[in-house]
This record gives sequence, structure tokens and C-alpha cells, in this order.
Amino acid sequence: MDAIVLQILNGLDKGGAYALIALGLTLIFGTLGVVNFAHGALFMLGAFCAVAFNKLIGLEQVVVDPTKTTAWGTPLETRVPYIEVWLGDTGTTMLNYSVPLSIAFAIPVMLLVGYVMERGLIRHFYKRPHAEQILVTFGLAIVLQEIIKTYFGANPIPQSAPDMVRGAMDLGIWIGFDPGTVVYPQWRIVYLFFSLSVIGGVFAFLQFTTFGMVVRAGMADRETVGLLGINIERRFTLVFAVAAVVAGLAGVMYTPILPPDYHMGMDFLVLSFVVVVVGGMGSLPGAVSAGFLLGILQSFASMNEVKTILPGIDQIIIYLVAVIILLVRPRGLMGRKGVMET
Amino acid sequence: MSIIRRPMNRRSLLKAGAASSLVLATPTIISRSAWAETNFRNDPTNSKTVTFGFNVPQTGAYADEGADELRAYQLAVKHLNGEGDGGMLSTMKPLSLNGNGVLGKKVDYVTGDTQTKSDAARASAKRMIEKDGVVMWSGGSSSGVAIAQQSLAQEMGVVFMCGLTHSNDTTGKDKRRYGFRHFFNAYMSGAALGPVLEKEMGKDRRAYHLTADYTWGWTQEESIANTTEGLGWETVNKVRTPLGAGDFSQYIAPVLNSGADVLILNHYGKDMINSLTQAVQFGLRDKLVNGKNFEIIVPLYSRLMAQGAGENIKGIYGTTNWNWSLQDEGSKAFVKSFGQEYGFPPSQAAHTCYVQTLLYADACERAGTFNPAEVIKALEDHQFDGMGNGPTLYRGSDHQCFKDVLVVKGNENATSQFDLLEVVEVTPASQVTYDPEIFGGELGPYKV
Repeated sequence: MDAIVLQILNGLDKGGAYALIALGLTLIFGTLGVVNFAHGALFMLGAFCAVAFNKLIGLEQVVVDPTKTTAWGTPLETRVPYIEVWLGDTGTTMLNYSVPLSIAFAIPVMLLVGYVMERGLIRHFYKRPHAEQILVTFGLAIVLQEIIKTYFGANPIPQSAPDMVRGAMDLGIWIGFDPGTVVYPQWRIVYLFFSLSVIGGVFAFLQFTTFGMVVRAGMADRETVGLLGINIERRFTLVFAVAAVVAGLAGVMYTPILPPDYHMGMDFLVLSFVVVVVGGMGSLPGAVSAGFLLGILQSFASMNEVKTILPGIDQIIIYLVAVIILLVRPRGLMGRKGVMET
Repeated sequence: MSIIRRPMNRRSLLKAGAASSLVLATPTIISRSAWAETNFRNDPTNSKTVTFGFNVPQTGAYADEGADELRAYQLAVKHLNGEGDGGMLSTMKPLSLNGNGVLGKKVDYVTGDTQTKSDAARASAKRMIEKDGVVMWSGGSSSGVAIAQQSLAQEMGVVFMCGLTHSNDTTGKDKRRYGFRHFFNAYMSGAALGPVLEKEMGKDRRAYHLTADYTWGWTQEESIANTTEGLGWETVNKVRTPLGAGDFSQYIAPVLNSGADVLILNHYGKDMINSLTQAVQFGLRDKLVNGKNFEIIVPLYSRLMAQGAGENIKGIYGTTNWNWSLQDEGSKAFVKSFGQEYGFPPSQAAHTCYVQTLLYADACERAGTFNPAEVIKALEDHQFDGMGNGPTLYRGSDHQCFKDVLVVKGNENATSQFDLLEVVEVTPASQVTYDPEIFGGELGPYKV
């Protein structure tokens, strides 16, 4: 039983990341009708916002000690972050909390990235076939990851969660299990609640604001909204930027779980597309539910008991579910009629 | 026909003397290769330079390791051509090289990108052989890629000096006459780790393996499990994980309540960084199982991986082919050269690539030719020292180097960003040597 609880937690956590990426992806598709293969790259850019922020606040004062030398004969350098020199313990605390603090850095950066991407490139492809949209956004993703590789290298760069939530916690004792049987990383729990909050925030934004109402109306019937004299294009640009921020924040908070490298976006992209397809193209609740569902299924498929009966199932489960869903419900779990249909 | 003998004058005597001297001196004046067979691919005899190929991952997950390999190759070429401080040329024993290139020819090089993909590596190597005319190529950070290139080497008749490859298969069932490995292998890791694990963790342990699902992972799992079971440890489970899984949490969660008190991560590169980071996050290192502290083992370490895993490597045991902190003369000379050139110490991948280049060049000098069949014979069963690993044998029967293996531990008190691994034991070569028959394979012919 404890193993099942652990895998449910795992699945929810994994699903949180899938849902966040798929949410942005389906938001862009639902509003702009663009199949954005660069969305994984936005997740990766968000993660590197955390890395860049950490490097920025961690800029070091280099003191050369001429009395000591390195193994290769050059004078030994002692490095201390400026922020610690200037702010003392406050600087140390800021370095410790650099991942959550980098959210404040990532939001404007990702808004700008989203805005520039949409105005500079994506808008020229609104009326082009989906195949061309896929090609251009995929090309953009490759460009973005090569830029990141040039500046940050190919090796993953570790980012630490704050000390307070770095270890694991015994969840079992809270839910009636023996002590030590359901132990789960604290940061993953933070990530789960964070993803639920962001998802909730996006839904609230769309549901309870006038802006959101217009966007939802535009998703349902773009032409009519336009005929009512509303500049839906401008709103959709902002939607693209918001989707970029959502993907970016998902990336920022994922860095302590998965040390970021330039390729991490591609690793998530395919999975996120499957999530969108299973959830139903253009359906926001569908994307979120499918994200959590597939996360949980993937976790259960990796259990040794399951793999003993169906070897290799952990590697294909997501695609297997996608095939079954497409056969049984071609529009996905919550797909709307008319989306991607002629 | 005249029977009158003309008297020999002074001019005739001088001519005859000069001609005789020339004939007698020819083998030593021209070179020993004067008599060697010259019918081989990319024979550089008529060229002033000789070209080496360096095929490393320049893109993909191992690009940083590839970049470090390339730095080492460039340094090796400099030293071979008599530039810089000479590096290990001042410590290598025996030494036939004299810093004027190889066999009097300046060394030139071309580079390729393996992308850590077998087909891309073969295509790149083929281009270097057919278009650039390399006499030898080297590099790489993956066993699958190394094995694919060795096969090509045998087909094309051009020597391949492996870069970083740790699978038993490289010099086991997939060994080739034209392929040589200086790097150690999974068997050696197991043999070196065994005594240290017994000393540090005892004989009564239960091990759980997470293994990358490809040739290197399988051979490492087998070797390490054989070692630990030999110590009396029980293997609880062996779970294969897809290469590049990213999030390993679904594989780590079942470890928690499996009854295992040791997790062995048969992962390398990004997989190792991710699985170790996540295993530590799951609190495994703070766990007490069967009355013992839970331990994690990473059988194959590299400094670049340690950098990626950050502080999670502290106290984690593993093995490595070489470490820059070694204090022998060869290591010190190499670290000094590399550090002065690039501003930081070399990785183990850089070390093995540098050494491979010098060893090949030295073998050409000893053979007196670039003819691969002769160079191969010069490398086979060659014994050398002063290259950072103590006395080393390039065993002729499988083209595997036998040398000391380092057992290391993630440094608890690192003094710099490079001071990540602490050498806890130098396992002598005799303890990691094995019968080549256990892994089978056929080297193949000298002439192709």
C-alpha cells in the first residue's frame, strides 16, 4: 500500500509539470491556433532563468593569494560572492533561496520572450498550415537550445532547493502508515502545490476577469469577437506571453528536481503534446486532467510488480494510452468539436 | 673484349668509396621504415605532415566532456610537435618520441562530431579516413559509439584509439585488432570497489541496482553484482531504466521499502546526475535500513558528472580511471601543462585521450612506420610508465590496458570547484587483471 501511495504522489508531482507545460501549449493552440513546438524550449528557458539569476546574485569577488599556487602553478584564487561581502547573512540567505527568488526574475523575462516570439515570428504563421507552424517553431526551439548551450555549456547545472525544504519528509505518519514507509522529497511537495496554484491562477484569470472572458470568447468564436470591435489579436499576444510565463515558471521550480541542461525542453515537449492530445486539443481542463492522469499512469507502470507482468511497459505506457484514447475518443478526453477538424 | 685492366685513378677510387658508403648507410640515414611495407591506407610517406582524427561529441549531452577531450588532443599534438612544455613526454617511459612530430613528420589533426550516436560517429570517422586521410583516429564518450567505431576501424584498416568507454564488451566480445582501449572497464571497477565496499560497508548488505538500459549499463551491472555477491551481499533487484529518463523518481520510490540498504546506480552522464540527485532528495542517504546507514554507490565517476550532481556526491563511493589530484610525476606534468593552457585541471576523459595519442605516436616511432599492422604489433603487450596510472600493460590478447584503478569518494570538504573527488584507494593492477577468455571475442586479422 505504501508503494501505491508513493507512486500516486510521484505521479501527481510529475503530472504537475506535464500539466503546466500542456496548459500553456493548449492555451496557445486554443487562442492562436498555433501548434507551438518551441513550448518545451520555453520550459527550458525558464529553468535557465533560475540558473542565470543564481549566477547573477552569486557573482564572486576574486582574491588572489600570491603565497599559494594551484596544481598547475598559477596563483590560488579565493572566491566569495559579492552579495555575501555586501549583505552578510542576508546575502547568504538570498543565495540559499535563489530558486524561489528567481521567480521574480523569470516572470518579466518570460513575458518579454513570449511577446517577442509572438510579435517577431509566430504571428506571421497564423494563417499558414500546421505543418509549417510545427517546422518553424521546432526550428526556433533548436536555435534557443543552441544559444543556451553556447552560454551555459552542455553539462547539467545543479540548483539547490532552500535548506528548509531540501530533504525528505515522512508523510506516512500523517496518513496512518508506519514511520519511514512513505517518505517523500519536500521540494517535490512544494512543486506539486506550486503547480496547482499556477493552474488555479490561470483558470481564475480566464474565468473571473474581463480579459479572460474575452479570451475565452475568442477561443470559442474568434470571428464574432472580432466583429464586436474587440482587438482580439492584442489579447492573444498577451495570452502567448502568459503561456510562456507559465512554462517558464514550471521550469524555474523544476530545477532542484532535475539539474537543467539545454536539452531538457525537448525531453518534456513530446510528452506534453501527448498530454494535450489525450486531454483534447484546445481544452484547458482536459490538458490539466490528462497531465495528472498520465503522470500517475507512468509512475504505476514503473512499479516492479507491473514490469514483471509487462516488461518495458514503463517506456510505452503514455503512448499506449494516447493510442487507445485516440481510437476510442478521437477528440481526446475533453476535446471540443471543431478543433483540428475539417 | 679487352683484358687490359685500366689502373684505378684517384677519382675512380673516391667515386667507388662514396657509392659504397651510401649503400651501407642507407637504412640508418633514411629510416627503419625504408624496408617496411608501404601498402596501407593513407600512407603519409610522401607528405611532410601526418594527420590524426579526433572524433569527439561536440553536440549532445556529452559535449562538455567532448570539449575536454578535444583540449587534451590539441595539447598532445602541441607536445608531439615540440611546442609547449612537453607534458608527459618528460615522464613517459620508455620514450621513442623526441618532440619533432612523429617519424619526422609534423602532426596535423582534423576533428569530427560523434554526437554520441553510433551512426553519426561512423559517418564522421569515415569522412576523416576517406577525405582527410587520417592514419589514426580517437575519441568518444560512449561504449556503444566506441564499439561501432572499432568495427569501422577493422573494416577500413585504420587504427582507432578509444576515448572514454567503460563497457566490458569494448575489449571483450566486441574487441577488434584495430581498436585499443586505455580506459579501464566495468570489471575493473567491480574488482577495485569490492575490497573497499567490504571494508566500509561490511559483508551483510542488500543491494538494489538501477541500470541504464544499454551495453555499458548491462556489463557494469553484471560486474558489480558479481563483485558484491562475491562479498556475500544479496541482490534485491536489478531494474533497467531507459536511457535519458530525466525523472527517475518512479524508479527510486520502490527502493525505499524494498528492504535494500544499498542503491547501486549503473548510470553515467546526465542519467547519473539526475538519478543521484533524486535519490538523495528522497532521503535515501539519511535512511536507516536493517540497522545500517543506507548507502549509494556510483561505480563509474567522472569529475564533470560530479560537478553536475553538486553536493549530492558527498560521501558517495565509485571508481575513476584517473584524477588530477594524483601526485605522480606523469600526472603532475599533465595537470601543469593542461592547467597552464586552459586555466583548470583536466578530466579523466581528457587524460585518457591525451595518453592514447602519445601512445599511438610512440608506437609509430618504435615500429618505424605508420603501417597499422606494424603499429598494432608495437602497441600489443607494450609496457610503459609515467603516464599517470603507474606501470601499465597494453595487453596484446584484447587490447586492454591494465593499470592501477582509483577508488574515490565524493569529497566532503571540497577546497575548490574542481576538488570534488577524494582518492580513497589505489587498487593495484594485479588485483583488477583478468583472463581475457572470460569475455570472449575475436580480435581479427592484422591485415585487412
